[in-house]
Amino acid sequence: MEREKLFEVKDLRISATNDDGVEIPIVKGVSFDIHKGEVVALIGESGSGKTTISLASLAYTKPGLHFAGGEALLNGEDVLTMAPLRQREIRGANVAYLAQSAAATFNPAITIGEQVTESAVLHGVLTQEEATKRAVKLYHALELPDADRIGFRYPHQVSGGQLQRLMAAMALCGNPDLMVLDEPTTALDVTTQIEVLKAFKKVIHEENSAAIYVTHDLAVVAQVADHIVVLYGGEVMEQGSADQIINNPTHAYTKRLMEAVRPKPEAGMGTEVSGDHDRSIDNLQVEDMTAGYGGIVDGDPRVTVLRDINVSVENGHVVGVIGESGCGKSTLARVMAGMLPPARGKIKLDGNLLEGALKDRKLDELQKVQFVFQMADTALNPKQVIGDIIGRPLEFYHGLKGKEKHAKVAEILDLVELPAEFASRYPMELSGGQKQRINMARSLAANPEVMLCDEVTSALDSIVGANVIKLLTSLRDKTGVSFVFISHDLSTVASFADEIVVLYAGRIVEQGPTDEVLEPPFHPYTRLLISSVPEMRIGWLEETMKKREMAVGIARGVEITAIGCPFYNRCPLGIEGTCDKKVPPRIFLSNGHEIDCHLTLAQLKEAEAEAQRILHGYEKLGNEDPVIVA
Amino acid sequence: MTEETNKEEEVIARLDAFAELPDAPPKRRLKLSWVGKVSVAVVVFWLVIVAIGPSIAPFHEMDMEGDDSFLDAYSGEYGTFYLGTDYIGRDTFSRILFGARNTIGISLLATLLAYLMGITLGILAAVKGGWIDMGISRVNDAILALPTIMLGLIVIAAFGSSILVLILTAAVIYATSVFRIARALGQDIMVQDFVEAAQARGEGIWWVIRAEVLPNAAMPLATDFGLRLVFVVLFISSLSFLGLGIQPPASDWGSMVRENLQGLTYGSYAAIWPACAIASFTIAINLIVDDISAKSGGSLAKKMV
Repeated sequence: MEREKLFEVKDLRISATNDDGVEIPIVKGVSFDIHKGEVVALIGESGSGKTTISLASLAYTKPGLHFAGGEALLNGEDVLTMAPLRQREIRGANVAYLAQSAAATFNPAITIGEQVTESAVLHGVLTQEEATKRAVKLYHALELPDADRIGFRYPHQVSGGQLQRLMAAMALCGNPDLMVLDEPTTALDVTTQIEVLKAFKKVIHEENSAAIYVTHDLAVVAQVADHIVVLYGGEVMEQGSADQIINNPTHAYTKRLMEAVRPKPEAGMGTEVSGDHDRSIDNLQVEDMTAGYGGIVDGDPRVTVLRDINVSVENGHVVGVIGESGCGKSTLARVMAGMLPPARGKIKLDGNLLEGALKDRKLDELQKVQFVFQMADTALNPKQVIGDIIGRPLEFYHGLKGKEKHAKVAEILDLVELPAEFASRYPMELSGGQKQRINMARSLAANPEVMLCDEVTSALDSIVGANVIKLLTSLRDKTGVSFVFISHDLSTVASFADEIVVLYAGRIVEQGPTDEVLEPPFHPYTRLLISSVPEMRIGWLEETMKKREMAVGIARGVEITAIGCPFYNRCPLGIEGTCDKKVPPRIFLSNGHEIDCHLTLAQLKEAEAEAQRILHGYEKLGNEDPVIVA
Repeated sequence: MTEETNKEEEVIARLDAFAELPDAPPKRRLKLSWVGKVSVAVVVFWLVIVAIGPSIAPFHEMDMEGDDSFLDAYSGEYGTFYLGTDYIGRDTFSRILFGARNTIGISLLATLLAYLMGITLGILAAVKGGWIDMGISRVNDAILALPTIMLGLIVIAAFGSSILVLILTAAVIYATSVFRIARALGQDIMVQDFVEAAQARGEGIWWVIRAEVLPNAAMPLATDFGLRLVFVVLFISSLSFLGLGIQPPASDWGSMVRENLQGLTYGSYAAIWPACAIASFTIAINLIVDDISAKSGGSLAKKMV
């Protein structure tokens, strides 16, 4: 079916001019079409020019850039050359833009309803009354809770995922011809991402609107796009239908991108350290620890973030900590590092008790436990050269000076696969991935026993992130350092960790060796997490939504409670009167695998079997009766 | 066989080409616009005058020239006196050259002293926080609440007008605003991850201040130094204009304006020249500050408020 052409980009060129007046091409002759009711994905790493191209549909460039040639035809009219007043008319009315961070887009002092309808009313597309009505209709379509009244709330009164969907309502309110979605799910948890994706897809289908979807995540693209444009360095590498690109990529770069897509977390992905490891020696141990913020009242912190945590990190092992944002993952690492003294509980290093507060710990204890920050951009002092950044721990802990220090810095740079010349550079002169390597190199320089890595790959593109994981694996093999690896991304953890700790609302709900945790029976929350990781397969989203835990788990938010099971209000298997009243007992399985749940093992197994039946029934037989899988 | 290996190598080479995107461009060096360059020239000119002014001046600042000094007052005889004479027949040009040393020299010393006090206390308050921060900040606020000229007048009325008192008064008064800026900058930097990383490493407070905080505060503070210097020049000139600053017969630009104000009625420019000197120096510094802030992306300008 040939559909009408809506937006046409012909040989688009965008350049920047540097201080010396030299033109640097950023976008080098890009062409693609968008038809009515079609979603086109622009995919590429940061720096590939995907956002710059998408903004061209609004006839907008970021400061310092300018259009150097080509056309961008919206309904046959070139937006790049039209009069500024006309450009203003089309922005918001014909083309709507959805930014990456909804939290930064909404004005906290104005109600949501007012902001959602503002553009439509301003452009005279609708009257305020019509706009409000349409907004409410959109809230329903986007499956927002309390849709009739959510417009009266303020942005801080709704969750991040809801705000992201409200932004879609804002863009759709004026009934634009074209929507530009700039990485709308990148900053979200997997469970939130799936909820937002589902709502987007439904509303785009219902409204029959066209969209440009900008992202670096192929698995997400597979769910929403009809047509995919693969970009690298401002040039189109390959473009074609979603089916062709996903299932039959021809260009080397597309294949490279596919390789970097995180596979579905499964047992057996990691390089399991052999079982003959001496389990009696723990590097770092946390016992019955409770921690939080806001001072301590009667032994409990004012705001409890972590409750009764028991984790042990064995020598040379990697412990992955996963959970949604706000579950206390980072707090756990901060407590281990001594940056946040716990309210209760013990922390032990090699069997010796560690003080809770940083200032009470001894130098060699500090040296043995090193924290790697999430954002390399802010974790490296911009005024120090790399040599000084890496050299300082060498000098501070090991007293190395002069030539010895230089030699060691070069050695460490080599360990993180960077040339020794980097020692004289400033952090600003490095790329994102290189900075993250330096960030880790600084911790390595201390020659630690345990490295605490807090979301070290989450700010990186998939290819760069995959390289960092590769590096971490080789570091573990070469140095024998133990890792605590924190991530909200289950697949990354599955490929790297020996053991997994699943945190939910400040409590551990399941922990054990990676292969055991990722194989049934699961804690219901673990299964929710596993099934939320997008697969690079068309139709995955629809299948997944059929599962019961997805429907229940995604609709409700996290509640932090001291009584009962923290997951109760999102659990499809919750037992009223038991799960909401009593703290769940710990079920001990083989190899130190533990699940905190009121259900019996048999019940958990049955739940997984049911999920499999639904899934397999759908896959193999379409709408016919599901096949029973043992 | 070799052909196949070649092909394979080619594929690998191509894949390597799609590795991580290249390094970020090297850090841009600070370049001034032509306005900035002219301003720098003006400031350098005045600094040279501070150094060598008295030795190149055709007359001494206190010399009353001519046969009958009082007849030579407000002389427009520009052949001998490049810029005419003042109300008692002294050479205006020479007095401006001499005055530069007083006006700029004293202001520079006072500003440096203000910076020494302001930064030390400000960074200390930011790093230590808690009661130390509270204590210093409240005292600072109290001083800041008083009008500067009023405060200066009271101090000078109590201790008498000497160069030392002048420098100390100006330094204390302007240290309060430096403290505010240093503290705000310090607090911004203290919450950065790299400072936390240093603290987690076990570094002491002096390392944190010297290696982590100060280098990152240096640039905004340096630009602010220029602005602050301007304020001090104007402050000292204002005090001199009121007769409480540098005492005659020593020359300084502020008092020169005051002394020769009456001359304006007789068509003498004697009050205009020192005013121009003050203006050229302060505006030039302002323009340099503007230029640097503009080049650093405006982020600096925001912090300067």
